[in-house]
Amino acid sequence: MSPELVYALAGVGLCGIGVSGFLLLSHLLRRLLAFNLIGSGTFLVLVGLAQHRGVPDPVPQALVLTGIVVAIAATALAVVLIRRYFHLTGRTSLAEDGDGRS
Amino acid sequence: MWRGLQVLLTLAACASLTGVLAAAVLSAAGSPPPSKLAEQLAASLGRSGVENPVTAVLLNFRSYDTLLEIGVLVIAAMAGISLARTRSLEDPELRSADTLLHALLRWFIPLMLLLAAYLLWAGGDRPGGAFQAGAVLAATGVLMRLGGLPMDFVRPGLLLRLGLVLGFAVFLLVAIAGAMAGEAFLAYPPGTAGGLILAIEVVLTLSIGMILLALFVAAPVINEHEPEEGTGS
Amino acid sequence: MSWWLDVFLASALLLTAVGVLLSRDLFRAVVMFMAFGLLMALAWVRLRAPDVALAEVAIGAGLTGVLLLDAVSHFQRGKPERSRPEAG
Repeated sequence: MSPELVYALAGVGLCGIGVSGFLLLSHLLRRLLAFNLIGSGTFLVLVGLAQHRGVPDPVPQALVLTGIVVAIAATALAVVLIRRYFHLTGRTSLAEDGDGRS
Repeated sequence: MWRGLQVLLTLAACASLTGVLAAAVLSAAGSPPPSKLAEQLAASLGRSGVENPVTAVLLNFRSYDTLLEIGVLVIAAMAGISLARTRSLEDPELRSADTLLHALLRWFIPLMLLLAAYLLWAGGDRPGGAFQAGAVLAATGVLMRLGGLPMDFVRPGLLLRLGLVLGFAVFLLVAIAGAMAGEAFLAYPPGTAGGLILAIEVVLTLSIGMILLALFVAAPVINEHEPEEGTGS
Repeated sequence: MSWWLDVFLASALLLTAVGVLLSRDLFRAVVMFMAFGLLMALAWVRLRAPDVALAEVAIGAGLTGVLLLDAVSHFQRGKPERSRPEAG
C-alpha cells in the first residue's frame, strides 16, 4: 500500500462522512459544508488512485484544479441562494426538515 | 426512538457505501494501469508551448475542459448577480472603521496584485497558472470590499459585463480562429502555442477574479425597500 | 518517516471533517472547514501536486472561508430578531 493509496482511502472516507452529513443534517449551511467534503474526497480519490505507483500524473491534477474552481463557484452560488431563502422566509432549513435550528 | 433508528440506518448505509468504494479503490489499484497517458504526455510536452505539465494539460491538451469550465463559471456568475440586492457599493455600513485594516490594505493590495501577476507568469514553467492567479485577484477584491474601498468595476455596468465575459470570449475566439485557419477546433497553429496560451491565461485570470468577486459581492442582502435579512416577509 | 506522516495527515483530514459536521456552533464549523482546507493543501503537497496545493490554499481555505464566515455572521445576526419561523 503506497502513501498515495492512503490518501485515496482517506478520500473515500471523506465521501462517506460527507454523504452521511448531507443526509442527516438539516441546516442548509452545514449541508453545503458536507457537500464540499464530498467534493474534496472525490478529488483525493482522483489523484491518489492515479498516482499510486509513485509517478506524478498531470492529467488528474489538471482535472482536480478545474474541479476546485467550479466547486467554489457552485458554493458561492449556493450561499447566495441560502441567504435569499433566509431573507425571504427567516428559516435556515428546508420546510419539511423542521424549523431553523442550527 | 424512531428518529434514532433512522439515524443509525442512515449511518449504516453510508458506512456500507464507504466500504464498497474502498473495495473498488483497492481493486482498481491492484489491476495494471489501463492507459499510458503519462508517457504520452511526457513525449509531447515539448510541443505544447509551455513547460509546466499541468498548464500544458489545462490549456493545450485538454483545453476543451477549460473552455467549458469558464463557461460554467460565467453562468454561475450571471445567476448570482441576478439575485444581488445590494443597494450600493458605497454603503457606509460596509466601510470598516478599523484603521489597522486600512493601514494593512495599503501594503497588502499592491503586494497581492504583484503576487497574482507572478503566479500568472510563473504558470508557464513552474507551479502556478491562471486559476491560482485568479483566486488571488478575487481575494484582493474581497479584501478591498471588506475594507470599504469603493470599487466601480463591481457595480453592474459595462466594466462588470466586460470582465465577466472576456475570458470565455477570448478563449472561444482563439478556438474558432484555429478552426477557421484549417486546424481542428481549439488547435493552436504550430509555433504560436506559447503566446496564445499566455494571452488566454491573462484573460482567464481577469475573468476568474471578477467572477469570484462578483459572487462574493452578490451574497449580502442590503436593501432599504426590503426588510432586513432574517426577519421574514 | 514519510509513511507515518501520510497516515497522520489522512487521519487528521478525517477527524477535521467529522469536526466540521458535528460542531455545535456554526462559526466553529466554518473555522474547522478552513483548517480542513489547509490540511488538504498539505495532502496535495505530499501527493506532489503543487499547483493543486496553491489553488486549494487560495480557494478552499481562503475564499470559501471568507464567504462562509460572512454568511454565518449574517445568520447569527438575524436569529434573535426572529421569534417564530413564518409560514414561508
